[in-house]
Amino acid sequence: MEFEIKSQSKLSVGLKELWEYRELFYFFTWRDIKVKYKQTVLGFLWAILQPLFMTLVFTVFVGDSIVSKTNLVIPYPVFALSGMLLWGIFSGGMSNAANSMVSNSNIIKKIYFPRLIIPISAILVALIDFFIATIIFIFLLFFYKVDINYSAVFFLPLSLFITCMSAMGVGTFLAALNIKYRDVRYIIPFLVQALLFLTPVLYPVNISNNIFAQFILKLNPISGALELMRGLFVGYSVNYETVWISLGVSILFFITGVLYFRKTEIYFADLV
Amino acid sequence: MKPILEVQHISKKFRINHEQQPYLSLRDSFSGIFKPKTVTEDFWALNDVNFDVQQGDTLGIIGKNGAGKSTLLKILSKITPPTSGKIIGRGRIASLLEVGTGFHPELSGRENVFMNGSILGMRRSEILKNFDEIVNFSGVEKFIDTPLKHYSSGMQLRLAFAVAAFLENEILIIDEVLAVGDAEFQKKCMGKMEDVSKSGKTILFVSHNLVALSSLCKNSVLLEGGRVKMYDKTFNVIPNYVKHDNLVSNTSGLKLDFKFENNKSWEINTYLEVIVDWNEYSKITMDSSIDIACYTFDGIKIFAFQTEKINDFDINLAANKRLKLKINNPGLVNKTIFFDFGLRNKGTGAYFLLLQKCFVITPGSLLLPNYTRDDVIIVPNLKFEYL
Repeated sequence: MEFEIKSQSKLSVGLKELWEYRELFYFFTWRDIKVKYKQTVLGFLWAILQPLFMTLVFTVFVGDSIVSKTNLVIPYPVFALSGMLLWGIFSGGMSNAANSMVSNSNIIKKIYFPRLIIPISAILVALIDFFIATIIFIFLLFFYKVDINYSAVFFLPLSLFITCMSAMGVGTFLAALNIKYRDVRYIIPFLVQALLFLTPVLYPVNISNNIFAQFILKLNPISGALELMRGLFVGYSVNYETVWISLGVSILFFITGVLYFRKTEIYFADLV
Repeated sequence: MKPILEVQHISKKFRINHEQQPYLSLRDSFSGIFKPKTVTEDFWALNDVNFDVQQGDTLGIIGKNGAGKSTLLKILSKITPPTSGKIIGRGRIASLLEVGTGFHPELSGRENVFMNGSILGMRRSEILKNFDEIVNFSGVEKFIDTPLKHYSSGMQLRLAFAVAAFLENEILIIDEVLAVGDAEFQKKCMGKMEDVSKSGKTILFVSHNLVALSSLCKNSVLLEGGRVKMYDKTFNVIPNYVKHDNLVSNTSGLKLDFKFENNKSWEINTYLEVIVDWNEYSKITMDSSIDIACYTFDGIKIFAFQTEKINDFDINLAANKRLKLKINNPGLVNKTIFFDFGLRNKGTGAYFLLLQKCFVITPGSLLLPNYTRDDVIIVPNLKFEYL
């Protein structure tokens, strides 16, 4: 096995190398999950408590007015929780990824492996949280006796794909930026909060007729992912135009973020 | 056969910012547009470094702090890129710049073995295969399922070294990791390292521990100011490194010289000549004693010589100006030894001049297969005369 170390190698995602180190994805994800819930009383319940609580607050305070204003056909708690769960992948994954390089700086400075593994594993952690929380969500569906459009289940992977690609794109971009500019650390919580309201998570897209608001909601890649997810509920009509736009935007985010990350990663150990 | 590692014209530049900011912030970048730029200075941590490493070799890397050792290792381990030049390697490389990279206090010993092993590049199957041996080597069997935060620091280090000891890569880069644990464990580590080097793996080893270096590494690179100053057999390199550090230049006229009988090295049954010349040095009087002692690198005294102890000899110290001590090599090979030189007041017993490690040498160039330092140290045959 011959290798060469030079000052600047050509720009690529480095899939071959990622495959060589594939076991590290498992170990980083496994470590983060393990550490996250160690020494907690509620353990994995935390994965569901946060979205559940947000759903509760919104149901109590604004649920009724949103339903009456937008003619929502599905029970608001189900609508909101489905949104919060998917949003959790994006917000959790993106912010974990953005902080991941700095928080693993001691490893980065001492050992080489494809750096992309760290932010990607951070997103896998959020994805696993999502699957745990989904179990509770299914109970909620039975509780509200929501009719399920079973053929829409096949579109769920696409929904997750769009969400993960977006989270990875933004996450890797911010992670690389965070190494150089620690301001990013303070931007992230604010960004997550602001984006929650710029995404149709807790309200449907037709809540506002404002063209500007519609434009933003359309361009937001999570909109399409949410559309696909809510296609599960009988009576909800999916806007496929939004889905395609989201798919395109998420891939664009992904490529931009990952390439920026790859371009700057060789200097991480010098800067961090 | 092609060398397993070729280091070609490697240079690394760092930019030193004289404003001393720990890291950049966006505000500084923006405000920098309006302010004159901060003064930066280029610092070449490595400057055109070239050397080859053959397969199976154990290469020591020696140098003072700031000589560029760590930077070189970081470039070899792909952690940081070189500014120019390239390295060609032929084999799987693993670097141990620190033991226990990726250890997490909340995970158990068992979990940390897997985490650390895989970060170091071991396959899961490799870890599983060696798991029992790793745990056995570390000696923490009882606590293997306890979270690492409840381990003592010694136990953590032992576990960490044990994982690293079972790496199966062809090229190993090791930075000062031997300084872990108690004396017994250090001995175990050294033994393991020697086994690894004998198994045909290529090792690059950085250490300030010259005993470890001289017993592990056949060849060494001496770095100075980011350049390769010397690349030779370790026993030729170490004296160059230590001499530089310890020789006191200002002995106000006293001259001290070490010579080999055959002008090259101190072979078995040849003489090493120590010549002391105090022609221009007035402090040696009838009350003085010239002391010369020789130690192994781990501090075991091999022999000592004191003019005071030799009747009729020191009486003439004031009358003479030059002394030659001839030491026969009774069989010292391959292990580095050093000399201390002292001038002592016989009455008070206090040294008024003491040059520690003023001469360092690894006697004998022959590699004797079964020689170890634990062999009986034979007192050499000493001869001395005034010149």
